Amino acid sequence: MATTNRPDAPDRDALLRMFEIQQKIKTADERFRAMLTSGQVQLIYYSPRGQECISAGYAVHLRPDDYVVTIYRGLHDHIAKGVPMRELWAEFLGRGTGTCKGKGGPMHVTHPKSGLMVTTGIVGAGIPIANGFGLASKLSGTDQVTVVNFGDGASNIGAFHEGLNMAAVWKLPVIFVCQNNLYGEHTPMAMSTGVEYISERAASYGMPGVTVNGNDPVAMWKVAGEAIERARAGEGPTLIEARTYRFWGHLMGDAMEYMPKEERKAAMAADPLPAFRAWLLDNGHANEAQLAEIEDQIKALVDDAVDFAMNSPEPSMDELYTDVYEEIIK
Amino acid sequence: MTTTEPRIMPMGMAINEAMDVAMGLDEKVFLLGEDIAEPSGGVYKITKGLSTKYGTDRVRKTPISEAAIIGAAVGAAIAGYKPVAEIMIMDFIGVCLDQITNHAAKIRYMSGGQTTVPMVIRTSAGAGRGFGAQHSELLEAFAVHSPGMKVAIPSNPADAKGLLISSIFDADPVLFVEPMLMYWDPTYAGEVPAGDYRVPLGKANTVVEGKDVSLISYGRQVHTCKKAAEELAAEGISAEVIDLRSIVPYDEAAVMASVTKTKRAVVVHEAVTRCGFGAELSSRIHEELFGTLAAPVQRVGGKNIPIPYASNLEKAFLPQVADVVAAVKRTNK
Repeated sequence: MATTNRPDAPDRDALLRMFEIQQKIKTADERFRAMLTSGQVQLIYYSPRGQECISAGYAVHLRPDDYVVTIYRGLHDHIAKGVPMRELWAEFLGRGTGTCKGKGGPMHVTHPKSGLMVTTGIVGAGIPIANGFGLASKLSGTDQVTVVNFGDGASNIGAFHEGLNMAAVWKLPVIFVCQNNLYGEHTPMAMSTGVEYISERAASYGMPGVTVNGNDPVAMWKVAGEAIERARAGEGPTLIEARTYRFWGHLMGDAMEYMPKEERKAAMAADPLPAFRAWLLDNGHANEAQLAEIEDQIKALVDDAVDFAMNSPEPSMDELYTDVYEEIIK
Repeated sequence: MTTTEPRIMPMGMAINEAMDVAMGLDEKVFLLGEDIAEPSGGVYKITKGLSTKYGTDRVRKTPISEAAIIGAAVGAAIAGYKPVAEIMIMDFIGVCLDQITNHAAKIRYMSGGQTTVPMVIRTSAGAGRGFGAQHSELLEAFAVHSPGMKVAIPSNPADAKGLLISSIFDADPVLFVEPMLMYWDPTYAGEVPAGDYRVPLGKANTVVEGKDVSLISYGRQVHTCKKAAEELAAEGISAEVIDLRSIVPYDEAAVMASVTKTKRAVVVHEAVTRCGFGAELSSRIHEELFGTLAAPVQRVGGKNIPIPYASNLEKAFLPQVADVVAAVKRTNK
């Protein structure tokens, strides 16, 4: 981030909320990776590290009754929408106290009380479902909005095309956030995608499309705010392409041989969170003691969540056949 | 004392009436699908008049986008609506199978019961109209193989109405398969009770009582079984015909009770025989009643081929009365 102050920045309260969300994501992610690499836990883990500005940037605009849909790389979106840290950790670790009683796992975290409605493990599949939430809000006459997150790879699957077209035709209050981390699984975007910017695709649906630096929290906040405001006002959907980088490859354990070492090194050196922290301090939005206090509180929050999850029981075997249908059908 | 004329109508009208009743009962019920609004009211006219009565917000015409249709229904259902999505022809299910098997079916489980997907996917299916391989097939086995989905397939207008209203108000996603040939054919018309008439899912109907063999079926092939039962009766074989009406859940108790009595069973459906629901049913009967059976359970289904266009070949694909009669005879060797 630039070291100078910015007239387009949100107020201090929003800035600190964004910092807090990003710090929660970073702290939780670091703990997951430490526990995985030390062998304390085993789970399928898609690190969101590097992409946290995006979630923070849209989430501060949302109300609890707004909807979020995300994908298997979704921890940052879960935290940003306010899924409680304890239940989130317990779900990731497959415990009966998790958001989904341990039956969904990291790829299917759901917490409607926070508005985190669907996490899907299928690339692009959340897009048509997000339209359903948007349609429900429209039919009910509320001004709720839905933010659906997906990657650059998802913009090449049919559901993206069907979903964006329908949202435009029906003017749905849905914000399509393409978190473009430049790779679809192990393939660089240039080898899979015929346009330089995913946002260009919006033109073919007759909806606004904008590319933003997803590592700049202020820019992301601004773009997301405009799209959310348009959606709330009944003016229809927006496609946001937030450019970013994933620090830890597709999946934990990924050898990342398809990501140039220098590229990754440069991206990690430009880590957006320390940059945001320095900018907050340099421009008088917060002082060191305030930020340190937030960081300490978050460390304690994550410590508590880890303890809670590690000490929680596995789901009861009575849960095996429940929640398939309302009644038990074997 | 007042008497009323019996309400005889074709299945297409009964299905229309079911949606009309459901929409009148609950404003959360809405319809979406290709061409379903006026002036066409659907390519088979099944939704005729409903957009005029309830408006185009609740009877929504969609782009030709099956994944977007089912996805929108899934999201709206989670958010508290009761969508009825129409997939014009069952073969098109292939376009949106991910939304059905990975999402509609699994979301209740994956969320630990926090979110549910009370929606109906209505679709028309069946060979016999010369529509060829991609507009004729019965693919209910896909959904049967997806825990979380329910599947209903009516064989007559009254059941079509009663099962559809039950499906719309069911707490879970239901694939509702409508036998295309029965929509407007007066030979399949029948009496349909007025108003909020419901037939529960999972309750079979004994269409013909018999003691020598059980013919177990659903959908249009129930009629093939009825005709076979008539031919068999002429030969002194008393066949019982069971209409399952829904196959998830299905009325296992009724099936086992019937086969316990007759000791012989033939399972009949229009879907291709290989890995069809009949294979599951046959297997279950063998597991439960092996020692009771006088002969192995026989299956009669569509041939294991893509559905041919030419009418002689198409007819040969379909289960015929003679196939059912021959299968019964195999149980009497």
